[in-house]
Amino acid sequence: MGSELVVALVKYGLLALLWLFVIFAVRTVRSDLWGSGKPARPAAGTAARSSGKPAKRTAARRLVVTEGALAGTTISLGAAPVTLGRADDSTLVLTDDYASSRHARLVPGEDAWLVEDLGSTNGTYLGASKVTRPTPVPLGQPIRIGKTVMELRR
Amino acid sequence: MSAQTIAPGAGAGRRGIELLLIGFAVAIAIVAYAAVGIGQDGRIPTGTIGYGAGLALLFGLAHLVVRRFAPYADPLILPCVAMLNGLGLVMIRRLDLAEAERARQAASALPRADAPLQLIWTAIAVAAFIAVLVVVRDHTRLARYAYTSAAAGLVLLLLPAIPGIGATINGARLWIRVGPMTVQPSEAAKVLLMVFFASYLVSKRDVLSLASRRVAGIDLPRARDLGPILVAWAASLAVLVREKDLGSSLLFFGIFIVMLYVATERTSWLLIGVGLFGLGSFSAYTLFGHVARRVDTWLDPFATASTTGYQLVQGLFGFGTGGISGTGLGKGQPGIVPYAKTDFIMAAIGEELGLIGVMAVLLLFALVVERGLRSGLACRDSFGKLLATGLSFALALQVFVIVGGVTGLIPLTGVTLPWLSYGGSSVVMNWVLIALLLRISDAARRPAPAPVAPEKARAALAEAQTTVVRR
Repeated sequence: MGSELVVALVKYGLLALLWLFVIFAVRTVRSDLWGSGKPARPAAGTAARSSGKPAKRTAARRLVVTEGALAGTTISLGAAPVTLGRADDSTLVLTDDYASSRHARLVPGEDAWLVEDLGSTNGTYLGASKVTRPTPVPLGQPIRIGKTVMELRR
Repeated sequence: MSAQTIAPGAGAGRRGIELLLIGFAVAIAIVAYAAVGIGQDGRIPTGTIGYGAGLALLFGLAHLVVRRFAPYADPLILPCVAMLNGLGLVMIRRLDLAEAERARQAASALPRADAPLQLIWTAIAVAAFIAVLVVVRDHTRLARYAYTSAAAGLVLLLLPAIPGIGATINGARLWIRVGPMTVQPSEAAKVLLMVFFASYLVSKRDVLSLASRRVAGIDLPRARDLGPILVAWAASLAVLVREKDLGSSLLFFGIFIVMLYVATERTSWLLIGVGLFGLGSFSAYTLFGHVARRVDTWLDPFATASTTGYQLVQGLFGFGTGGISGTGLGKGQPGIVPYAKTDFIMAAIGEELGLIGVMAVLLLFALVVERGLRSGLACRDSFGKLLATGLSFALALQVFVIVGGVTGLIPLTGVTLPWLSYGGSSVVMNWVLIALLLRISDAARRPAPAPVAPEKARAALAEAQTTVVRR
């Protein structure tokens, strides 16, 4: 009878230990199982570049997508550059077959945001002209990437 | 924005917790080892100390290498793997005892004990794990060897089909003879091909995600981009036909489809993959006797309970006998199931540890997979992202295929249960897989040098402005 008790104790004790291990393991990573999603590293990386040259107060505060699959999307502009492309670490992830992974980026310049093509396959257009070097973007001027059109707004 | 940038560095590392959990895992394995002896003859087995010391030494060594060479790696992956591996060794030892008991009753020669051998294989596996962590300092370097690893993977995959080297064991021709032992090269091929898939898909994903026509809300890929998926499909079928290896065939194709889907974010690839899989499965069912038998056994195992369905039925009886809390280690009859040490080790766990034990084991696998996918999400480069996702998914798919097969959810295909099953190639390559995952995890969780700089720069700037403003 005594040995029966020992066997039962060992059996349930082992199962309890196994589950304690699982529970303890889950607790150590609880913070990223629920909430506190993945850290926004791309933003951090690009922030480094912008902080070197302090952006002056540029009038544009928002980037609004007016045409294409993402029409209606708005991004508020801060001091960090905005990357545009299909790569999932872009600020604005374009779901556009004619866009490249890293298509273009918007950088805060001295007194206006600059658009810069990052060697895309199909090019970036500001108004009717193709962007070949960093070009200042006036408010309301359409930037076209593939089928996506966006503009800067106040 | 800036509040979030602190997150990557915060709480990274956590090697102390890893060591604590590894110690816990080893302690549980020792208790389980002792429990087998207590269940069998009421005494703690004499080998307990040696076994515990061996495990503590191996996993402790693995931990020290991670501490030195991948300090920011996820703290949970290694302990979970250690727990699974330790438990696997206990189950193999327990099944050794069952075999010895049966041999004694039949008065035949004692069979070879597999547990000491598996402990040696675990040592080799940990050595391989350490070697990978030390040699591969930067996972992105692996991308350079994409085509080399593709060639090596294909050669390894097809090696068993060559007469003279290949060996047919239990109807499947997936072993090669190296001296006195047999090696299963498809395990190594799995990891090598994943490195290739990841590198290939990262460089080609722009093309592969080009859409041609929209049908029913789904963008179909262009016909000429179907090439790679057809090649992967044909290779899987070749493995199935030449080597009669249902499991690896399914694994390879599944891994390829999911990596293609993750790389391109196109649902159409999943649908095309499932379609091709259905086509392949159906023709395999009609053409090959061994596939048809597996499916028929799955549909009604009890119809052939004494012939082809014997193994599955005995496994199901094992789960049934175990019930919720199991018979207790050493108290069941898990030795009745053929190949209980390899494919059917889950049935042995189900019988002696019950549903509670099976769930704990499945959760441990789920945790490893979750941590792996999390590393993939956090990884900064696309190659690492895709490789981590592929490696984690491969693990998940393998566990699903064998546990699903053993429990009768899907037709049974012979693959090993990672770290638990007896088998040298499997345990070594799964440890290598974990080494790669930890390498990527280390890179993903390492505080980026860039985000540290702007904090300082911004602070300096803030101070500077107070003086500059007087201008």
